[in-house]
Amino acid sequence: MTLTAEKQLEMLRSMQTIRRFEERASDDYREGAIYGVVHCYIGEEAVAVGVCAALNKDDQIISTHRGHGHCIAKGADLKRMMAELYGRETGYCKGKGGSMHIADFSIGMLGANGIVAGGIPIVTGAGLAAQLEGKGRVAVSFFGDGASNAGPFHESINIAATWKLPMLYVCENNLYAAGTAAADTLALGDVAARAAGYGIPGVVVDGNDVLAVYKAAEAAVARARAGEGPTLIECKTYRWRTHTERPGQTDPRPQDEIEAWQQKDPIKRLADNLMAQGLLSEEGWQKMDGEILAAIEQAVKFAEDSPFPDLEAALEDVFAE
Amino acid sequence: MRKISYAQAGMEALIEEMRRDATTFHLATSAPAELVDEFGPERVRATPIAEGAFTGLAIGAAGSGYRPIVSWGMVTFSFVAMDQIVNQAAKIHYMFGGQAKFPITFRASVGGGTKLAAQHSQSPYSMFMNLAGLKMVLPSTPYDMKGLLKSAIRDNNPVISFESSRLMGFEGEVPDEEYTVPLGVADTKRVGSDVTVVALAWLVHEALAAAEGLDKEGVSVEVIDPRTLVPMDHATIRASVQKTGRLVIADEAGPTAGASAEIAAVVTEDGETFSKMKAPVKRVCALHVPIPYSPGLEDHVFPNRDKIAAGVREVLTAG
Repeated sequence: MTLTAEKQLEMLRSMQTIRRFEERASDDYREGAIYGVVHCYIGEEAVAVGVCAALNKDDQIISTHRGHGHCIAKGADLKRMMAELYGRETGYCKGKGGSMHIADFSIGMLGANGIVAGGIPIVTGAGLAAQLEGKGRVAVSFFGDGASNAGPFHESINIAATWKLPMLYVCENNLYAAGTAAADTLALGDVAARAAGYGIPGVVVDGNDVLAVYKAAEAAVARARAGEGPTLIECKTYRWRTHTERPGQTDPRPQDEIEAWQQKDPIKRLADNLMAQGLLSEEGWQKMDGEILAAIEQAVKFAEDSPFPDLEAALEDVFAE
Repeated sequence: MRKISYAQAGMEALIEEMRRDATTFHLATSAPAELVDEFGPERVRATPIAEGAFTGLAIGAAGSGYRPIVSWGMVTFSFVAMDQIVNQAAKIHYMFGGQAKFPITFRASVGGGTKLAAQHSQSPYSMFMNLAGLKMVLPSTPYDMKGLLKSAIRDNNPVISFESSRLMGFEGEVPDEEYTVPLGVADTKRVGSDVTVVALAWLVHEALAAAEGLDKEGVSVEVIDPRTLVPMDHATIRASVQKTGRLVIADEAGPTAGASAEIAAVVTEDGETFSKMKAPVKRVCALHVPIPYSPGLEDHVFPNRDKIAAGVREVLTAG
């Protein structure tokens, strides 16, 4: 199916929002306004945006420790995201989660998760709920190449395949599990090849081509909604930044490899494509970027103007009523 | 009143709650026939032997509006799912700022006496008590089993129901009519005036037997069953110790950082209770070893009515 210009422009805006949000989060982290740890998704934006563009609002996703991109692609509010990074009471988790734990259940975003592969069974449970409910909703697990070596990946996909749960398993293969090359920990070159072991389709996609990701996700979503079960989609992509934004990290990746992948920028690729088709002007692109930067500035101002949580809040929400 | 077993009481609780609430469903490595017959294979699922995955499935389904009931079988197998229990279930409500509820009931059998050796004879509830964010119950009678399990299923949080292996066939009175036992309320299983014995699960019955024997010696023992470990009913335990001035704690688990240690702290940290104590606290627990197989050895490491009675005499002698 051909995507409308409007939809493609939305996808461009979403990808650029992820990038600008994280550039700002990284700066503010280094200046001390954001605490703990920040993992940037920059370079991988096409995966979250391409998949989420194929979903409805009531479809559910789960993210990883590198979660800002999935939040934004699913439609999270930048203000509440930034306020969470700033540790403020107006944040998505009232300042109790931070970068690694942003969730917005109202838009089907079941949370970033600090345990590699930890979210895969949980979102599979969302898929089970969708199946029990029988209204055609689907659930999507985002995870990395590192998680694909962990038990929860295999156990969950086996269950989803056996029960034909309406699931997408989307592997963001950025070629490194933190500092360890995927080639050193995977016997097969393609994570998607593992799908054969569970009797489900396994698809390899250029993860820097948002339209290709969308197309693969759209087919998998249709299969899931039709009750035919899960699909494993492996998106080959690359993280431009170090594993976290903490300064002074050793990065084992060769500089020429990083630069080669930066040449395959998923955002520039879509923008150039739209311009070549006459669907976007250079001026329009600048305008869009300006609007995004303004929205992020507003999000930062919202965060800065928000109070830190009252200390009494430490004892709240241990249990639900 | 009719009598049914501890195990049957648990099954009745499940059947009644699954009838009552269509969002409940059951996950375990085998599907109980009684449940499949009534509720069908959609709601009563046999999972692969993959505790980590199906524990996580329950969390995700709970966060999506369902009310899963998960049976791990023996608590031994819960350890296979520790990431999902510790890093996810216990923390997810708080960590996400309370934006979603995770009503999940986990069931696990605990304790020894079954000659199954170390891996299948464990009482590790204090490991879970140490985490914030999980509620847990530990019934000692069929009545409490049914009532607590029904409350656990209706609670909007992850609740672990620890159930004593030794008591599965134990029969007791359970009314025909609907009832629940609220979480967080201890039960005085025997009223007495000289010594308080706070006993857990199977040891409630051993404490009652010890109390009968001691009664003949002129010693009046009060037996308190906390029933819920989290949240624990501090008030009932403290009030009993304030009355008797002496405390023995009986637990089938080892003593180190155990529920028994927590109960001792609940009593001794409270100035009003401490001021009325006439003797040091005495704990009667399992020896701090993995549970051995050979019958003589197994019996040796566990507490029993005789050891409880000896503990009672010790605190009477001490003050």
